[in-house]
Amino acid sequence: MANSLFEEKLYSNDFLVTTEVGPPKGADVSETIHHIDLLKDKVDAINITDHQSSVMRFPSLGGCLLVKERGGEPIFQVTCRDRNRLALQADFLLAYSRGINNVLCLTGDSIDVGDHKEAKPVFDLDSVQLLKMIRTMESGTDIEGNELKGAPKFCVGASVHPEADFIEPQLVKFEKKVAAGAQFFQTQGIFDLENLRRFMQYASQFNVKILAGIIVLASAGMARYMNKSVPGIIVSQAIIDELAGVEKGKGLQKGIEIAVRSIKTIREENLCHGVHIMAVGNEGIVPEILEAAELVGMSP
Amino acid sequence: MIVAEQKPFEEIRRMIAPYGRVLILGCGTCMTVCDAGGEREVLFVHNALRLAQAKSGDGTHTFSEYTLKRQCDPEFLDLLVDEIADVDVILSLGCGIGVQAIAEQFPELPVLPGVNTSFMGMTKESGVWDERCAACGDCRLEETAGICPITRCTKGILNGPCAGTKNGKCEANKDMDCAWVLIYKRLERLGQLEKIRRYYPPRNFRAIPRPKRIISKAGFDEGGGDG
Repeated sequence: MANSLFEEKLYSNDFLVTTEVGPPKGADVSETIHHIDLLKDKVDAINITDHQSSVMRFPSLGGCLLVKERGGEPIFQVTCRDRNRLALQADFLLAYSRGINNVLCLTGDSIDVGDHKEAKPVFDLDSVQLLKMIRTMESGTDIEGNELKGAPKFCVGASVHPEADFIEPQLVKFEKKVAAGAQFFQTQGIFDLENLRRFMQYASQFNVKILAGIIVLASAGMARYMNKSVPGIIVSQAIIDELAGVEKGKGLQKGIEIAVRSIKTIREENLCHGVHIMAVGNEGIVPEILEAAELVGMSP
Repeated sequence: MIVAEQKPFEEIRRMIAPYGRVLILGCGTCMTVCDAGGEREVLFVHNALRLAQAKSGDGTHTFSEYTLKRQCDPEFLDLLVDEIADVDVILSLGCGIGVQAIAEQFPELPVLPGVNTSFMGMTKESGVWDERCAACGDCRLEETAGICPITRCTKGILNGPCAGTKNGKCEANKDMDCAWVLIYKRLERLGQLEKIRRYYPPRNFRAIPRPKRIISKAGFDEGGGDG
């Protein structure tokens, strides 16, 4: 039996669609709930980010609880930046006990890129060790071998960076993540589909599902900023030029068009198993993208 | 060696404010090599403090200076007995170990840190020092081609690079090489890439109980030991 609705979808042959919602900076969750309601029936699962870019926010686990409350399917994003192995295990127990059964295991951005630059970086574990830890917990013990009263079961994912400018060590890490139990991968933002094609030629030998990360850019300025300041993002010059070519105020529309074009190509060419749409702050436009990419009505 | 940076001058002035007679104490080993607290820096701090006092027209302080071969060793600290007879405070330009050794040796005398002890590292070029060792107590340089991921990766992770590396640099500091890119390339050159493919389990932080003590095996045996 599948551990979650999303896992069930993962092993169907359907084209998978996930998206993400960034929790609020503050205790007012009304906008987050609005976004969850807007998206929950249109996608296979909603990722809740974990202090994305090391900016302190409402917690990922709290956001996942909201998704559950609203009847959606959450993916609990977990980074190793802020919690040691005790806190991470405890959060997995809490998540599982509340029916949050999908997790995405990440190392986490560096503290230096965020808004609490003087905080102590934890990184007690890395993403591969985090994946292994979950599999250990599923076997009925904590990572020290102590018995758990009630073992959790998760559908476990990780990330991979097909556009990295030095790909070999990233692929080594990808294989370690597969070996550590990752079932699905949501990639870093893909801006040049040629990179995805090349990556999939390699990755298709592994029995894992790959969802291509689609970042919706709102302007050429945002693209340049991301290249400069957001870890792991490499927006191609062709995309920047395309965004720069539109009149002021039309950037987001162009960004949506680019995202839709990528999604359609990925689906038509069957490049990978699905897409993960990241609208970074513009969650409200995701339904429009789904509709334009003819992905509406595929879920649940 | 241990590498440090001199504290901001204004901070030093603030620290010495309550004291009259100040001994500025240099250290002849690491602090001399890293230009933070050797004889030359002692003279520089001494002159700067005197000048600042003259300028402000306040004559509270008198200064003396001395540089020990090593501040972190009781044997050398014994040489200070005459120097400290008439002082109210020691401004140590030794590393944090030197400052604490002084505090332990002279319980009645206040001691102030004149430098910020930064790291264990090496001279990269003249006037440039790079951190190389985090004293983690569990050396794994054999697995990583002699390049330390604990020290040189900002996240200290063990199973390969994060996705934040760009142009071979670190996401946390674009002037800093990504340790994992260096490790991968060197392992490749050495024909040892299988080492990066291995899974490395979570670190054992019990290897670094703080504070740590090492007892020389020879000394232990000679003394007969007590278990």
